[in-house]
Amino acid sequence: MSGPANNLGAFRIKGAGRLTPARTSRFTFDGKSYTAMEGDTVASALLAHGVHLIGRSFKYHRPRGVLSAGPEEPNALLDVSRDAARRQPNVRATVQEVFDGAKISSQNRWPSLAFDVGAVNNLMSPFFAAGFYYKTFMWPKEAWTKIYEPIIRRAAGLGVAPTEEDPDRYANRYAHCDVLIAGAGVAGLTAALSAAATGAEVILVDEQPEVGGALHSDATTTIDGKNGFDWAQGAAAKLKAMPNVRVLTRTTVFGYYNHGFLGLAERVSDHLDRPGRDVPRERLWQVRAGRVIIATGSIERHMVFANNDRPGIMLASAARTFLNHHGVAVGRRVGVYTAHDSAYEAAFDLKRAGVAIAAIVDCREQPGEAVLAEARLLGIDVLTGHSVTNTGGRLRINSMTVARNGNFDIRKIKVDALIVSAGWTPSVHLFSQSRGKLRYDEAQQRFLPDIYAQDCVSVGGCKGTDDLAELIDEAITAGGGRLALVGENRFDWTGGMIGAGEGAGPDTTVKAFVDFQHDVTAKDIRLAVREGMHSIEHIKRFTTNGMASDQGKLSNMHGLAIAAEMLDRPIPKVGLTTFRAPYTPVTYGTLVGHSRGDLFDPTRKTPMHDLEAAAGAEFEDVGNWKRAWYFPRRGEDMVAAVNRECRTVRDVAGVFDASTLGKIEVVGPDAAQFLNLLYTNAWDTLKPGKCRYGIMTREDGFIYDDGVVGRLAEDRFHVTTTTGGAPRVLNHMEDYLQTEFPHLKVWLTSTTEQWAVIAVQGPKAREIIAPLVEGLDISNEAFPHMSVAECTVMGVPARLFRMSFTGELGFEVNVPADYGAAVWQAIWERAERMGACLYGTESMHVLRAEKGYLIVGQDTDGTVTPDDSGYGWAVSKKKTDFVGIRGLKRPDLVRDGRKQLVGLVTNRPSDVLEEGAQIVADPNQPKPMTMLGHVTSAYWSENCGRSIAMALVAGGRSLIGQTLFIPMKDRTIAVEVTDTVFFDKEGGRIHG
Amino acid sequence: MLLIHCPYCEEDRSELEFRWAGEAHIARPENIAAISDEEFAEFFFLRNNEKGLTYERWRHIHGCGRFFNAARDTVSDRFLMTYKAGLPKQQVPETGASEKTVETYEATEGDAR
Repeated sequence: MSGPANNLGAFRIKGAGRLTPARTSRFTFDGKSYTAMEGDTVASALLAHGVHLIGRSFKYHRPRGVLSAGPEEPNALLDVSRDAARRQPNVRATVQEVFDGAKISSQNRWPSLAFDVGAVNNLMSPFFAAGFYYKTFMWPKEAWTKIYEPIIRRAAGLGVAPTEEDPDRYANRYAHCDVLIAGAGVAGLTAALSAAATGAEVILVDEQPEVGGALHSDATTTIDGKNGFDWAQGAAAKLKAMPNVRVLTRTTVFGYYNHGFLGLAERVSDHLDRPGRDVPRERLWQVRAGRVIIATGSIERHMVFANNDRPGIMLASAARTFLNHHGVAVGRRVGVYTAHDSAYEAAFDLKRAGVAIAAIVDCREQPGEAVLAEARLLGIDVLTGHSVTNTGGRLRINSMTVARNGNFDIRKIKVDALIVSAGWTPSVHLFSQSRGKLRYDEAQQRFLPDIYAQDCVSVGGCKGTDDLAELIDEAITAGGGRLALVGENRFDWTGGMIGAGEGAGPDTTVKAFVDFQHDVTAKDIRLAVREGMHSIEHIKRFTTNGMASDQGKLSNMHGLAIAAEMLDRPIPKVGLTTFRAPYTPVTYGTLVGHSRGDLFDPTRKTPMHDLEAAAGAEFEDVGNWKRAWYFPRRGEDMVAAVNRECRTVRDVAGVFDASTLGKIEVVGPDAAQFLNLLYTNAWDTLKPGKCRYGIMTREDGFIYDDGVVGRLAEDRFHVTTTTGGAPRVLNHMEDYLQTEFPHLKVWLTSTTEQWAVIAVQGPKAREIIAPLVEGLDISNEAFPHMSVAECTVMGVPARLFRMSFTGELGFEVNVPADYGAAVWQAIWERAERMGACLYGTESMHVLRAEKGYLIVGQDTDGTVTPDDSGYGWAVSKKKTDFVGIRGLKRPDLVRDGRKQLVGLVTNRPSDVLEEGAQIVADPNQPKPMTMLGHVTSAYWSENCGRSIAMALVAGGRSLIGQTLFIPMKDRTIAVEVTDTVFFDKEGGRIHG
Repeated sequence: MLLIHCPYCEEDRSELEFRWAGEAHIARPENIAAISDEEFAEFFFLRNNEKGLTYERWRHIHGCGRFFNAARDTVSDRFLMTYKAGLPKQQVPETGASEKTVETYEATEGDAR
């Protein structure tokens, strides 16, 4: 057990930090209970209690602790849960704020964090060098899917994905602004104040809970005469009070896309003890900004030396943040290993707070004069020209081994923490995402913004501006306003290095980590170069350096320098890997927002949907439409229901909802001429009051769509399309009308949703609808097959089609959608009394197949011509132009032996073929067999008393009467090739 | 997400409202029924797919519904101009935007050799 509830941790320093003990919260880590203060991250709270061992590494299962105090953290990844369903793996301890009752667990260890069996990988590490997986698991081939992959998959990854559905809500907002500022440190805040003063609409974004940026770690900088951090909070308050400014904290600009478009992820409630039900967990902002000011600062790098990954080793700036912001000392006797002056300030702050500084080990011969003088004043040992060449300790560092550069005399110094700094890497991620071009600053060994591709500007640390006064000036200029602001800091910093330090060079085999999260060492990168990887893109993929979820924020520059040294080429020549969004991991929930469950995709329902549901319909999805599939009665399965429906339609009649068919109104003096160009048929010969089946081909001659077109007047056509084809057919028509035939006077309107369509099919169809139709003689003589007329049905204006997709006497009643349900109900009341049925899409498919009617997209596949499918008659021979006229003459489309649509009947009538099954002439030929085609449609036909099928078969029409074979997994099915009409071959019923 | 200027609406609108519609300035031959196989292949199948300045068609499908032409730089993904359908190919003002803005695999690997 830990101490009493009010024990805030033995490593809290009285008087240090900005947190107050007024509010505390309790959380558990691996089952043990701890107390945190308001404002603590999980990392700072654990360090306050002296907990440094936080996780195990990815590959070698090495003990790992907290490396940073920010979003760049590669090591301290934890599993954080609020309740059973709200559990998230791989949460950065340095970002997650403690909330009361948080249950936090370490990852990638078994059975416990201190004793982890997987750590045997560390002893086996000579076998796990870079590229190990690529080379080892090659042979035998079969073992890959059965043995290697499952084992690797189990061992790979750090956290365990949650299994329950995410109960949280995620929101989504769009915003526009004149200026978006990414980062609210000194530079971002100054730029925001400047821009806001001009009256511009400003959005200021920062990923931390409060503004301040690098001021979090700082204790001595003053701005406007005030303590820097306090000034920042005041500036934010002033900005928040302005009507033209929005300040978003806990919000990450994760992506910078084209034309000033940015993606922001706001963490709304993850830090709250008890988030209300009315707040989302996270919110995605999609912002279109007129101008972007990038003020993302820079990230400190670690030093690359042997065993640089033990718990207790961390970035100097992190130690400074934990002290100056959280009031936590990272140890009692701290060593410093640095190549940069900034780490000295961390040592000074710790020393003043009462922490012993074992020594500052500086690999440079000449650090900055000012920091050296201050170190002397504070009595801190400084070893210039020295390096840390190794560390000791098992679950926490207990010593550092120090040697004079180039000398083998070593000495061990006892420490319980080691803070390191190799200098600062400007955060050019967003600049680079905006497609700006970087240049290499040779003197300071860093990449800086050079050529801008969008309306944006970088200011401050991310631009390489080190001097505070200069930084403030350029931020004011970037904001476009006027402002007087004076900032003072105690020390100007110099120094920095990239690449491996002393004792980790090419002549060694030590484990000097470059990428902590993927366990990539300096040795691995050198191995990649020796194995022939010369491009940084190859080296990255071979070693996986920078490919973990931290995306190499700490490791990329070191990796590049080590590779460049091995290749003996300058760094810019080795290249820099591309910075891609997201800057830090973004949850799927944030990206998905409300688009899940019922809101995932729109659902389209016909006006009669509810009546069909009440009649017991099962529905199927056709595009976004819900279509009635079949109407089972009590005790019926699908087969029984479909058989009954098919029989009833032919014996009596059936009522079918055809509302989903696409409908386009083609109007204008040139409407017939336009349709002549868009369809293969001739339309000028169609008289008003008649309709005709039309085929539309693309310019290449292949069938694109089909449907019945009715001519209502000289200048008005009612065009129907396939259900799925409606939008693309309209687009296709608009394209030709606007760009190829703009001289034609035609207007196109989509009327799909304006009309409810009720098909009544079967011998009693006329009897059913006759009493409901007014103002029209629908006798066979007055209104024969393929007629269309405007009339009223039950007093509702209607368009009545005499047409059939079943081969029976049939009508399609089109009424305005709002009247669909009422007319449907009236028709069904009459139909039901006469013994008719409701039928769905499945019976519709069977009935049309019995007649050999085509379904575009099922019996065609985009490589089928009208002639291939037996509809050559629909192609006008007289027209001099239509879309597809030239394509149809291409040599391959007129050759013999093309696949043609034919009927198939199985030798055994009860065998129903599988759609998609392949067809061969000789089932005994050696494999691979010569395949002649495939089955496109296959059903049990109750009306024929046998199975029927359609198929595309090479030279099919010349094979009618012959036997072909369909080899299946367990048997071979013999079929006879027939024509495509299986029922009522004479076609008399349709004219009944 | 791109910001596209519709020459009919005369407004910059979000890419969500538009749909790309292939290479621009390919006119359907007036005597299409009479052209040779080679001419048909050239008209229907072959596209330039150029790197850099490209002329293409877009449709403001969720807006005014009009097809129009655009000159776009495929390297920077920047729209250099848009103009109405039927107008001849427009000269694009010199911007020099076509230069390589990011390190590419080809470039770095080329250097490595």
